[in-house]
Amino acid sequence: MFLNIIILVALVLASLWTVMTRSLLRSGIGLALTSVILAIIMFRLASPLAAVFELSVCAGLISVLFVSVISLTQPYSQKEIIERMKLMLVRFRLLPFIILGLGLILLLIKVNFDLILPIPETERNVRNLLWNFRQLDLFGQIIILLAGAFAVVILFKEMRKNVR
Amino acid sequence: MYAESLQLLWPFLVFVLMLLVIGIYCLFATLNLIRALIGVEILIKAVTLLLIVVGYITDHVALTQALVITLIVIEAVVMAVSVGVVLGIHTHKNSLDIRNIRNMKG
Amino acid sequence: MYSALILKPFFCVLIMNMFLKGWAKKTALWVALLLSVAQIIFAIFPETYHQSSFIYVISNFFKFDLAADNITRVLLLCIGIVFFVTIILAKQMIKDDDRRFNFINLLLIIVSGLNGVVLVTDIFSLYVFLEIVAVGSFVLIAFNKEMLALEGAFKYIILSSVASIMMLTAIALLLLVSGSTSFSAISASLLYSTYNPLIMIAMITFICGLFIKAGLMPFHGWLPDAYTAAPGPVSVLLAGVVTKTVGVYTLMRIVISVFGLYLPIQKILMFVGASSIIFAALAALGQTDFKRMLSFSSISQVGYIVLGLGCGTTLGIAGALFHLFNHTIFKSLLFVNAATVEAQAGTRDMQKLGGLSAKMPITGFSSVLASLSAAGIPPLAGFWSKLIIVIALWLSGNYIYAIIAVMGSVLTLAYFLSLQRMVFFGKLREDLMNIKEGGLGFMIPTVLLAVITVGAGLAFPYLLNTFILPVSSIFGG
Repeated sequence: MFLNIIILVALVLASLWTVMTRSLLRSGIGLALTSVILAIIMFRLASPLAAVFELSVCAGLISVLFVSVISLTQPYSQKEIIERMKLMLVRFRLLPFIILGLGLILLLIKVNFDLILPIPETERNVRNLLWNFRQLDLFGQIIILLAGAFAVVILFKEMRKNVR
Repeated sequence: MYAESLQLLWPFLVFVLMLLVIGIYCLFATLNLIRALIGVEILIKAVTLLLIVVGYITDHVALTQALVITLIVIEAVVMAVSVGVVLGIHTHKNSLDIRNIRNMKG
Repeated sequence: MYSALILKPFFCVLIMNMFLKGWAKKTALWVALLLSVAQIIFAIFPETYHQSSFIYVISNFFKFDLAADNITRVLLLCIGIVFFVTIILAKQMIKDDDRRFNFINLLLIIVSGLNGVVLVTDIFSLYVFLEIVAVGSFVLIAFNKEMLALEGAFKYIILSSVASIMMLTAIALLLLVSGSTSFSAISASLLYSTYNPLIMIAMITFICGLFIKAGLMPFHGWLPDAYTAAPGPVSVLLAGVVTKTVGVYTLMRIVISVFGLYLPIQKILMFVGASSIIFAALAALGQTDFKRMLSFSSISQVGYIVLGLGCGTTLGIAGALFHLFNHTIFKSLLFVNAATVEAQAGTRDMQKLGGLSAKMPITGFSSVLASLSAAGIPPLAGFWSKLIIVIALWLSGNYIYAIIAVMGSVLTLAYFLSLQRMVFFGKLREDLMNIKEGGLGFMIPTVLLAVITVGAGLAFPYLLNTFILPVSSIFGG
């Protein structure tokens, strides 16, 4: 548990850095780092398959997506960056203190939940469970991927036409 | 045994809450469209962690893993679409400032 | 056999894109039209479905947990009608073959998602299908890639993602006690731990997420922008079925068959419903954009549905469902009118319009009908559904909310009268002298929807006994 807490603290720190860092590019990299730490926690909490997905899709694919869109847009000139830096620091100044305060206060309070936990599951194999009992979700994934494909066609392909 | 695993819930819940606060703060405070999306990503990370923790505590790891895998796929598609929309806004305005999209008031 | 409703649109998209692309570009429209008609027929006469067909064999191959009751049938009917109307509008308004093909494909995906939302019995699958509909809607709103449309789409993306995250949080917390995501397992486990604070928080978070998706008043930020900026057919689709199914139907389903109507939930529902009715109507009074006024009116009318649901009695839920149906019809009709006016006059700004009734009689007359139905003037359909809701509120002792509902009706009449005065009545402006009635693609949906509005109102005594009361009886009060 002690190790878990340390990793969780690292997770929160990584996400804080992601949100607060000045350059967008670092922000994208911070997101990947957050995903990696999350994947480690998942692995420790007996969910290795989901951890693999988190690593490959979130830390890999989505970070590539973010980094490419950031480099495609090339946001500001040097002067603007310095201006925005100040603005950002003012806006996000409070966040670390809020997080620290919230965390300390909440961790000190001991809350006990009076819940009746369900009986442990019978099907323990993720693949079987996914293919036998959650077919509708799998099917939904296929549909949403198809929708994503059309989104790419409409949003990206025709954009190129306009630019020309 | 149940009571024991339930005691794990609160510390994890605190960290999930902290992540949620970071994400929501980012959504409200940011001036950049991409950073708003990053805020949403952090919120999704928090929910993913919560699902995994719940699975661990209730000993339903297979179910929550199945859910998390679906969630991750959906998250990737939503992010791809929103990146497309952000790029569209960028071609129009040549900037990513969120104040550009405040000309319509709800 | 219900799985066919999800599978058919999906396989149509797949086949049209993989094998028959050149041919499909011409015929996609008719395929989609056929599907919509099939869905309408299936919703009205479920027993006519021939079970020996090829699709039926395929759909048995999948193991989907789906269920349908009378509420589902009403929603399937609404989806079918609006689907049909949207396709005809798209034929009229989108001229380019390639773009129209993409539009139809996305439309089919959304319909597949909507049918899924209506039919699922599992709270996580519900989330999956909600997300399918949401992704489809993002793309369709941004379809023309104009600045305002992209802006509306981005707001929708952010708020819809926040709503999804709230729902997922709630699902995770509910899993703590239920151990399964099916509706029946959750409602069974909630019997033992309803008043646990954590579970209460989970339920309220879930409902607030649905409020965002439905665009109710404190959470409505995205809705007017998205509706206004979307292309004509898309705003008909969004206002007609997407927010109704995604937000309101889901709210009904979750509250009635999963969470149960507990007093705190009822109070939240009624408060949010009543505040939406009043504040959205007041906001609508100040608008000068045709579609924007309709969007606020939409929020206000959804308030009635939620108010009827929050009332919790059989009569209230029946009224809410009937109003859901009516609202789908007359709001689609008004958005079709808005699309017609925009296409013919080239503007949505109501101050630049006026006296259009003389030149566009069908559009003018049908929009009067729809407005009167929305404001609750007898004998149109909207009157009966509002009457049922008000009576249900009065009988259950919520006198203040009943009075608010009646007042909201007066406000509705006020802003619709100002809309009619500015757009359709009065003197025709000089620069609009050459305006003509819209083409056939506008007129078919207009007439169809107007006939349904009047028909449902006139046939009310018949509908009351055969359709509305049986719908509510399944809850057993």
